Amino acid sequence: MILPCNESMNRWINDSILRFLSAAGPYLSNMNRASEVSRTESWPDARGRYGEFGGRFVPETLMHPIEQLTEAFEAARRDPKFQAELDHLLRHFAGRPTPLFHARRLTEHLGGAQIYLKREDLLHTGAHKINNCLGQGLLARRLGKTRLVAETGAGQHGVATATVAAFLGMDCTVYMGEEDMARQAPNVFRMRLLGAEVVGVASGSKTLKDAINEAMRDWVTNVTNTHYLLGSVLGPHPYPLMVREFQRIIGQEAREQILTRTRRLPNLLVACVGGGSNSIGLFYDFIPDREVKMVGVEAGGRSLTLGEHAARFAGGKPGVLHGTYTYVLQTPDGLIANTHSVSAGLDYPAVGPEHSALYRQGRVKYCHVSDAEALEAARDSSSWPIQNPKSQIQNLDDDGCRYISN
Amino acid sequence: MMTAVATSRIEARFRELRERQAKGLVVYLTAGDPSLEATGELLAAIERGGADLIELGVPFSDPLADGPVIQRASERALRAGATLRKILEHLPRWRDTLRAPLILFTYFNPVLQFGLEKFAREAAQAGADGALVVDLTPEEAGNYGGVMRAHHLDTIFLAAPTSTDERLELAARSSTGFLYLISRTGVTGERAELAASTRTLVDRARRVTSLPLAVGFGISRPEQVREVQALADAAVVGSAVVHTIEERYPSGGAAAIEQFVRWLKEGTGSSPA
Repeated sequence: MILPCNESMNRWINDSILRFLSAAGPYLSNMNRASEVSRTESWPDARGRYGEFGGRFVPETLMHPIEQLTEAFEAARRDPKFQAELDHLLRHFAGRPTPLFHARRLTEHLGGAQIYLKREDLLHTGAHKINNCLGQGLLARRLGKTRLVAETGAGQHGVATATVAAFLGMDCTVYMGEEDMARQAPNVFRMRLLGAEVVGVASGSKTLKDAINEAMRDWVTNVTNTHYLLGSVLGPHPYPLMVREFQRIIGQEAREQILTRTRRLPNLLVACVGGGSNSIGLFYDFIPDREVKMVGVEAGGRSLTLGEHAARFAGGKPGVLHGTYTYVLQTPDGLIANTHSVSAGLDYPAVGPEHSALYRQGRVKYCHVSDAEALEAARDSSSWPIQNPKSQIQNLDDDGCRYISN
Repeated sequence: MMTAVATSRIEARFRELRERQAKGLVVYLTAGDPSLEATGELLAAIERGGADLIELGVPFSDPLADGPVIQRASERALRAGATLRKILEHLPRWRDTLRAPLILFTYFNPVLQFGLEKFAREAAQAGADGALVVDLTPEEAGNYGGVMRAHHLDTIFLAAPTSTDERLELAARSSTGFLYLISRTGVTGERAELAASTRTLVDRARRVTSLPLAVGFGISRPEQVREVQALADAAVVGSAVVHTIEERYPSGGAAAIEQFVRWLKEGTGSSPA
């Protein structure tokens, strides 16, 4: 099992494994039949669609800037100089490659499944977010932009954006829900220390969704000199594509590392899914490996009542939010629901459109973990053993299979 | 043989303005702000004040093209239960007392969840004349135009200072009734001065379309209305009216809003306090 470490990693590094064990069992039993041959290599199409999902649903003012961004991204990804600079920075600034750690005691405790952790938390600024921020930062410079705006939930993306802005000598404004500012105060301090302006957002649920609204309003107003450095595989095309391409290094490294170490592919990948950038990053290069199963873990919050969780595939339906057509938690009237999760980075009512496509296709299975289960797992993780998940994992790994989580 | 071509209420209104050599005033308000009952009374007052066309906003939970004034109005309206369904239920009664064309101004998701065909059918039956979906560009519109036209509803798209000539043409080709030009990059809201980009955009639009042109975003005073009317066929005032509803309707009633619209229309005197 490979678990990617992301913004909420300190909790999730433990609880995704544990919760996956209890929640994923039923999914996995259905996963033995061959899933549809992957079409994802060709996703997205020219219109930014992943099957029926994705697209560009934005006010007209943003359309041409988005077209320019798409062109610049397509040119950059084919430009060896751009790739070389990004690669250099990923190595020497961010700290790649990250280790793939064999969690020996967890493996023993859980009864034999070989568990590996992809340590994205060891990157500079503490999360995978820096991969994408470096890529988009270089792209913004290429576009001649002098200012970055970003949203942040837990603060990890805000810190990574502020870091890249400081590195590139750009101005930086980060929008953050007031509730998130209160629960993630140390990251607010870090962003300000790095020279970013942090603007509290008091509208709506005062969390990530509202921060994105405000960042988009800033972008539409200052679009001539400003790049919106969106932090996940969300938003209008090309963002879901671009962020995936900047994050897939997680899976590329993990795949090479596990093959070198164990001479085989893992049986299962597990990752938490907020917007879904760390999970897409881990999953993407394993998608053609049909024997590798994948589980995305969503935030189950307090309960599965609308407004109490962020499990889009458990309670949402397709709709449009923040420029993309995807699964969205919403009322029957099409109003976007508030969400709740103890994890600020997962507390968001929509999900990246490629996840919706992978869900629809069945290539990735999605489950959810409640606040209580996550907190319990975090508590228990300091003093293995734990009762419940053990029997579950034994069902999963009689063959001594390997799991990677991130 | 002549074929009868149905003329929409919007087309007819612009034709009538042209015949009188007059320019139009388009007024925006959010339906359900502060209540659905108030909206009926406000629509009548806005027409009496001199609005030539009315944009009726459907409140959305995440109005990312709107500034703080319309955000607050949307919140009030949603608290008052003004969903798209409720608005369409009330619309026939409001329509009865109005002559001005009514354009539904909405975000896409409520329409999508309501169902496009059902939206077009019920909006037409309720007496709406067209729709403007702020986060739906011509590329993503799919069969929206066809469905709306089948119900004799006009589709109005936006063009912005950032739109290329190609995009400007696309917006014009996809629009019926009129083309809505955004005067500046940014969200809706009152501004002290009209953006310099307005004239350029109007000139560029004239070169690609014969549709009437309405200019909005940031227009809040009679001088600005005049300035826009000198360039385009109509000026749109939104946030300034919504702001006035927020501040004056609770104490001054609909008469205060009628007075404000008249001030915008006639441009004389100072802002009625």
